[in-house]
Amino acid sequence: MLQMFLQFLHDSAIATAIREGESLFPWIECIHVLALTLVIGSIAIVDLRLIGLTSRDRSVTQTTALALPVTWTAFVVAALTGGLLFSSNATVYAHNSFFQLKVALIALAGLNMVAYHLVLGRGAAGWHTPAQTPWRARLAGGLSLGLWIAIAVCGRWIGFTISTPT
Amino acid sequence: MSNRLDALCSWLAATPVSHTITSVAWIIPTVQTMHILAVAAVITAALVVNLRFLGVGARELAMGSVTRRYLPWLWWSLPVLFVTGLTLIVGEPARVLKSPVFLLKMGLLIAAASVTLVCQIPLQREADFWSLKKWRRRAVWFLATASLSLWTAIIFAGRWIAYVQGD
Repeated sequence: MLQMFLQFLHDSAIATAIREGESLFPWIECIHVLALTLVIGSIAIVDLRLIGLTSRDRSVTQTTALALPVTWTAFVVAALTGGLLFSSNATVYAHNSFFQLKVALIALAGLNMVAYHLVLGRGAAGWHTPAQTPWRARLAGGLSLGLWIAIAVCGRWIGFTISTPT
Repeated sequence: MSNRLDALCSWLAATPVSHTITSVAWIIPTVQTMHILAVAAVITAALVVNLRFLGVGARELAMGSVTRRYLPWLWWSLPVLFVTGLTLIVGEPARVLKSPVFLLKMGLLIAAASVTLVCQIPLQREADFWSLKKWRRRAVWFLATASLSLWTAIIFAGRWIAYVQGD
């Protein structure tokens, strides 16, 4: 079933164009890199504030209002371009351990975000200056930062475990 | 010129350091990841600051306050990029130094850093320097657009080094 879906993706017109084109793959990769650096950078702004290392003179909600629109926009772009890169060689990527780990870590980062919104971040509107955030905020921030760095590590390793230019 | 570059590349590639970088499998991916994380700091700081210049985000903060908050991240990432970039060059000198895109990237870097400085310096004396007069509001709009385009082009060029190889 999964195999059929992967083959279907692989054979789609767009995947074929990316695979066989001279420069489509690198251009999509460029946009993917731009988007993922903005995802990680903007999430780091929030995480470092939650941990209490930066922007201590601003409230947590002011910091998230600044960073999260960038995060979400960039995440959508990164996911779309990532999907396109994946489709170009779907069966091979799907069996790559670093790809599998990366997807799992992104899911964990998503869970961490949900946990923050439901539990860990309760009362965030009251986290003003000066900034000793509660332990659960520091936990969510630290986990998020660690997960996203690990996601970047996995992403780079995919390129070294699959035969494309690195 | 080309001969000297060839000589430099072969000399670098023959050094023990270069040999270590290429023969230990995890070094290049790890250094590239560190390079990308530093790029993340640069591009995010550049985006936040330039969106403020364009009047799109963080409007409750003075421009000078946004640059004071975020541009140190951009400047302090540059030494990290230099050291990690240099490691990648020493590891695979011909791959980088012979790629015409690498030269382009360095040119873009000088331009982007210059535009960023031109925006930042007046704000250190006067936090709302760029919004006080009509010509300044116009000028900073152009500078911010140029800055965002240049930093983006640097990221694109970085990725293209892997694809455009010299002979």
